[in-house]
Amino acid sequence: MAVKPLVAQMAPSADVQRQASIEVDLSAIQPGQAIKTSWRKQPLFVRNLLPAEIDAANKTPASDLRDPQTLAERTIPGHENWLITLAVCTHLGCVPLGAAEGENKGEYGGYFCPCHGSHYDTAGRIRKGPAPTNLKVPEYSFASDTLVKIG
Amino acid sequence: MSFPWAKEYAPKAPVMKWLDDRLPLPRFVYNAVGAGYPVPRNLNYFWNFGVLAGVALMIQIVTGIVLAMHYSANTLVAFDSVEHIMRDVNSGWLLRYLHANGASMFFIVIYIHIFRGFFFSSYKAPREMIWLLGVTIFLLMMATAFMGYVLPWGQMSFWGAQVITGLFEAIPLVGPALKEWLLGGFSPDQAALNRFFSLHYLLPFVILGAVILHIWALHIPGSSNPTGVEIKTAEDTVPFHPYYTSKDGFGLGVFLIILTILVGFLPNMLGHPDNYIPANPLSTPAHIVPEWYFWPFYAILRAFTVDFFFIPAKLLGVLAMFGSILVWFILPWLDTSPVRSGLYRPLFRKFFWVLVIDMAFLFYLGGAPAEEPYVMMSQLASAYYFAHFLIILPLVSMIEKPKPLPGSITEAVLGKSEPTAAAALA
Repeated sequence: MAVKPLVAQMAPSADVQRQASIEVDLSAIQPGQAIKTSWRKQPLFVRNLLPAEIDAANKTPASDLRDPQTLAERTIPGHENWLITLAVCTHLGCVPLGAAEGENKGEYGGYFCPCHGSHYDTAGRIRKGPAPTNLKVPEYSFASDTLVKIG
Repeated sequence: MSFPWAKEYAPKAPVMKWLDDRLPLPRFVYNAVGAGYPVPRNLNYFWNFGVLAGVALMIQIVTGIVLAMHYSANTLVAFDSVEHIMRDVNSGWLLRYLHANGASMFFIVIYIHIFRGFFFSSYKAPREMIWLLGVTIFLLMMATAFMGYVLPWGQMSFWGAQVITGLFEAIPLVGPALKEWLLGGFSPDQAALNRFFSLHYLLPFVILGAVILHIWALHIPGSSNPTGVEIKTAEDTVPFHPYYTSKDGFGLGVFLIILTILVGFLPNMLGHPDNYIPANPLSTPAHIVPEWYFWPFYAILRAFTVDFFFIPAKLLGVLAMFGSILVWFILPWLDTSPVRSGLYRPLFRKFFWVLVIDMAFLFYLGGAPAEEPYVMMSQLASAYYFAHFLIILPLVSMIEKPKPLPGSITEAVLGKSEPTAAAALA
């Protein structure tokens, strides 16, 4: 019992916990656009997929994937056009390119990590390069059609 | 314990007699590093490195305490406070460069000290406890150095902390929660920086405590020596002072010259330029590397790229990295040869040098980018590293025919027919 406070003081404090979830307003993000924001001091991608990009992701056979997941499994039903992932390459933690206008989106039109050349597709899934898994999808929910709560 | 012929402390000055009767601290020092400690007469310069490591630790503690008077462990100003030390604090640049390069010198000395132990099998009975404490000290040093490198809060500080604390995430079930607990947040931030500073200040004193135990354990059987033959008579020994205080003093001079050259002419040679960019959680350096002294273990960490059965590659890498040091803990029981010194073990000696080359190669690979062909080379070098300890050493101990050992340390130094040979040599 006496040890508990000594151990517990190490865990995230109340102010850190309060920043554990954020709200993102989606209303300004046009189809085909993506933004990079910050969540828990880590970069986060929020991307409004084009119908063509959704098609491309859905047409990919699972056998082509290193970490098999469908776009539906990585999005929320009714909001399949919103791809929300951590902008942290699963290889060694670099920030991939592809969110801002004109950045290299890689061979599969999603994201490209310039550090060691990992290519992610339009569902943020690893397709080529050293990264072992898909870009991580955080826990999130839609508060309204244009407001999403992350974490 | 000491040898029966050890010189007894006999204070002459009345004040020293008075002190000796009440608190025999001078007696303790006399018996530890003075004329009261008989040491084998044949120690070579590889036996300098224990004392050098002790001096390096003291340099780190002294420079560290004064740096802490000017440093601020707050993510908003930590980087600036280091620049303040470099530009504004009187002699601040000297103290910081001594501390940063002193850490590198400490590791160079420790690596040579460890490999001295490997070659002369210093870990064998009755010195296992000295060895176990030594490995513990090395682990504490690694933790201290890692946390110290985070403090300037530059890009490599931040991303190094990100990668290293990310290792804990690989632990099944409790990993992510453990990482959050260690960091006090979701990624390295104020809470992590502040606690790293606290621990970076504490751990050197824990190391100092472990060093005292290390030396205490050493003084039970006494120092080993290049022949590996135990001390038999008073003839085999000389008093630590003045014989080895002077020999260690010479080595210390060389050590200080090298440290001075580093600090004066190449202060950033062993550092990474990216750490002069303030930490930015939204932008990763193209090539994250830890400090040079972690490279062999970093190479082993990155060697695992595919899952094995149900164990993810990342976890395997973490286990292998920690295992590569933890295997040293069982070294005294893996090497079963009754002969200690590599000088009398022809086959062991060859494999020792292969291990040195393998380790040097791992050093190189740990600093190289995580791409082919380096990954494949890391895999081969890591496999050999473990094979050396777990397969080669036990096998060599079984099949090797050692060379005949000298009858005593004195015989090894002066030859068999004692008095005349000694006279002839003189």
